[in-house]
Amino acid sequence: MVESALVDWSRLQFALTAGYHWIFVPLTLGLAVIMATMETIYVIKGDEFWKKTAKFWMKLFAINFAVGIATGIILEFEFGTNWSNYSWFVGDIFGAPLAIEGIFAFFMEATFFAVMFFGWEKVGKRFHLASTWFTGIGAAISAIWILIANSWMQHPVGMEFNPDTVRHEMIDFWALVLNPVAVSKFFHSWFSGWMTGAIFVIGISSWYLLRNRERRFALSSIRVAAIIGIIGTLAVMFSGDSSAVHVAKYQPMKLAAAEGLEDGGEKAPFSVVPGVEVPGVLSILATHDIYGYVPGINNILDGYTDNDGVTHLSAEEKMERGKIAIDAFGEYRALKDSDPSAAAEARATLEENMEYFGYGYINSREELVPPVPLVYWAFRVMVGFGGLLLCLMVVVLWAERRKRLEGMRWLLWASLLSIPLVYLAGQAGWIVAEVGRQPWVIEGLLPTKAAISSVSVGAVQTTFFLFVAIFTLFLAIEVRILIKAIKEGPKTDVE
Amino acid sequence: MITYTFLQQYWWFLIALLGGLLVFLLFVQGANALIFTAGKSEAERQLLVNSTGRKWELTFTTLVTFGGAFFASFPLFYSTSFGGAYWVWILILITFVFQAVSYEFQSKSGNILGKKVFRIFLMLNGILAPLLIGTAVGTFFTGSAFSVDKAAVGDVASPVISRWANNWHGLEAVANPFNVEFGVMVMLLAIVLGALYTINNIDNEKLEKQLRSALSYSFCAFLVMFLIVMGRLLTMEGFAVDENGVVYMESYKYLHNLLDMPHTLVMIIMGALLLVVGCGTTLLKSNFKRGIWLAAPGTLLAVMALFMLAGYNNTAYYPSTTDLQSSLTLANSCSSEFTLRTMAVVSLIIPFVVAYIAYFWRQMDKKSLTTEELESSEKY
Repeated sequence: MVESALVDWSRLQFALTAGYHWIFVPLTLGLAVIMATMETIYVIKGDEFWKKTAKFWMKLFAINFAVGIATGIILEFEFGTNWSNYSWFVGDIFGAPLAIEGIFAFFMEATFFAVMFFGWEKVGKRFHLASTWFTGIGAAISAIWILIANSWMQHPVGMEFNPDTVRHEMIDFWALVLNPVAVSKFFHSWFSGWMTGAIFVIGISSWYLLRNRERRFALSSIRVAAIIGIIGTLAVMFSGDSSAVHVAKYQPMKLAAAEGLEDGGEKAPFSVVPGVEVPGVLSILATHDIYGYVPGINNILDGYTDNDGVTHLSAEEKMERGKIAIDAFGEYRALKDSDPSAAAEARATLEENMEYFGYGYINSREELVPPVPLVYWAFRVMVGFGGLLLCLMVVVLWAERRKRLEGMRWLLWASLLSIPLVYLAGQAGWIVAEVGRQPWVIEGLLPTKAAISSVSVGAVQTTFFLFVAIFTLFLAIEVRILIKAIKEGPKTDVE
Repeated sequence: MITYTFLQQYWWFLIALLGGLLVFLLFVQGANALIFTAGKSEAERQLLVNSTGRKWELTFTTLVTFGGAFFASFPLFYSTSFGGAYWVWILILITFVFQAVSYEFQSKSGNILGKKVFRIFLMLNGILAPLLIGTAVGTFFTGSAFSVDKAAVGDVASPVISRWANNWHGLEAVANPFNVEFGVMVMLLAIVLGALYTINNIDNEKLEKQLRSALSYSFCAFLVMFLIVMGRLLTMEGFAVDENGVVYMESYKYLHNLLDMPHTLVMIIMGALLLVVGCGTTLLKSNFKRGIWLAAPGTLLAVMALFMLAGYNNTAYYPSTTDLQSSLTLANSCSSEFTLRTMAVVSLIIPFVVAYIAYFWRQMDKKSLTTEELESSEKY
């Protein structure tokens, strides 16, 4: 019997690792672009000030980078340690992008990071600049491949089930790589890193201005970061828009949960907060058509017909067909050596019902609904803070260009205090993506509870608390070192 | 003709190659094991930390890529071993996690735990990581307690395919002396490589003397361990597979493999010779510092040969002691032909990656590391 406690603790452990990993990664993605831009200005202008500015942000980048690596290795291996069934059942598809990520991205990051950090006196100026860019590009390539893997979990494509090997097998590599979900997910996540980097730089620079320190450094950093941050946020919005369309199409239950939409329809309303709705907006967001039909939770469970005229079965029908598929699978395995013709028949039944195989593990229709309040509020935190931060960056850039920023202390305070908000928005985004996908680990294909390893609950609890302690310790140390380094400052004050 | 079988063998070759590169790059760990013994003064310790500090990410990345490549090419190993030998892999991961932050944190102000503690983390990773990885690889020859039943997927109440047969979840590997000896051998090899690397990479007379002394002890101990392990390996029963995929025990299986595949014999002898010449010349000639560049190819050859002995010539590379027929072979644990073929195309980039790493390595290491350089430039 699969213990639900084991599933819960395994999920919690993965969520912990992924959540911590995503504290460090977006800053790496965004700060890389910002400091590479600064170094580019240095190479073009030849002004030592920009070199010192870039080097200061690189110092903070390096402190943060190390913890990202530490949490990342755990994530990769947890697919095996805690999701062993998953590793076999879909490893034929899922393993490939992970290996490619290592070969293409990690070596690039590792090599160029060392040149960037230690190579100032060892390689030429332009060579060094290229290394800085390649460190950032390596990080972005890494994001591409891991998000291709993640997108496949949201919208599995390019594979078929093989009952002899008992797994899904890849039949179309390019379908996996060019998965539309992957394209928008990459841009959405990568540019959200730009936002994080920008808000981080603006917030810390504002602190210097509040302290009346490092004026030129702070104002210059704010200018670069605000431009990159605004570009990033606009790109996050555009990619978020296409993400919403994909979610509506491929994961309607996630959308319904994110909207708390019990009963859908045409001209579906967008819920700003509970009780405040804007009619028709959800239909526009989800289908780019005000009359587009958006199913609610109950519609999905009862069965509905979508905008393309495709009829979706009710929860009970899907579960029924799932059970037929799983029974046919068992029959095929039992008969394939002794009675080939009966086995062929069982296989045909399996193939006919394969689409619903995962539903065979589901016991009740309630199981098919993700935790609505969590997904609903996470979505609002993500979108709300994202919008707020965009406004902030626009005002900051405007004030900086008008040379009024230093006088607007409230704005400097707001910038400093917005640093936690950008992290909350990022975490909330992943909660929408991952919790919203429940009960599936692979949408519609494999429920989370069937993906686990056969280890004891006690073992997972032990590692969970161990990781809580280790990651929290690292985070505390990182924050403290960052604060010390920031207080010490970039020492560019030679104005 | 590129057949499915060829692709399986090719991917095992890549696993062996990554394994060999990983063991070579464990010089980072080996040098860290010596931080407090070979490094007597603060300046010497700082030199050691900064010397490997410019390379540790390559080791780390190779480990991650080794995992990723195993996942992509032999996913049943990934699910069976990682999910089963849970504690062994978790311990290995934890030592690496502490290592990953320790370089960056150790000398920064505000690091809470202090410089010494972070260096102890580096030292612990330096000793434990090679030891544990070696012990885990030892089970490739001695087997582990697990069973695999792919039909379990059809059992809705209990769908897990791979199951470990005891609650030790991998820790029981230490009960078999061969696994431990294998681990100790890898650990000693890492120390040998660490000493050779730092002798070459750091320009400091006093430290070099201490490193040479550490090299002499660790190299002798390694040789003894290597002979013990090889002696046992070539006389032990092994896990053979017949043409129908049935696994059975065969006396002197790994000796037979060595004789059936003479290239592995040549690789092991060449590997051992290069190591002996690299270490021997370093120890005998006080002005010879390039021993690492003999030991590196030596390590690569020997480790690759060991992987080949474990997986080629109809051998189960991850055997089960509780259910012989659950043993993992290249054929029953690999990815689909399509995936192996696709990934084989991807693997063509590997020489390019190795080339740019080598190029930048040379660029960065043209001059040996000195205390003066640490004073004037970026450092950990």
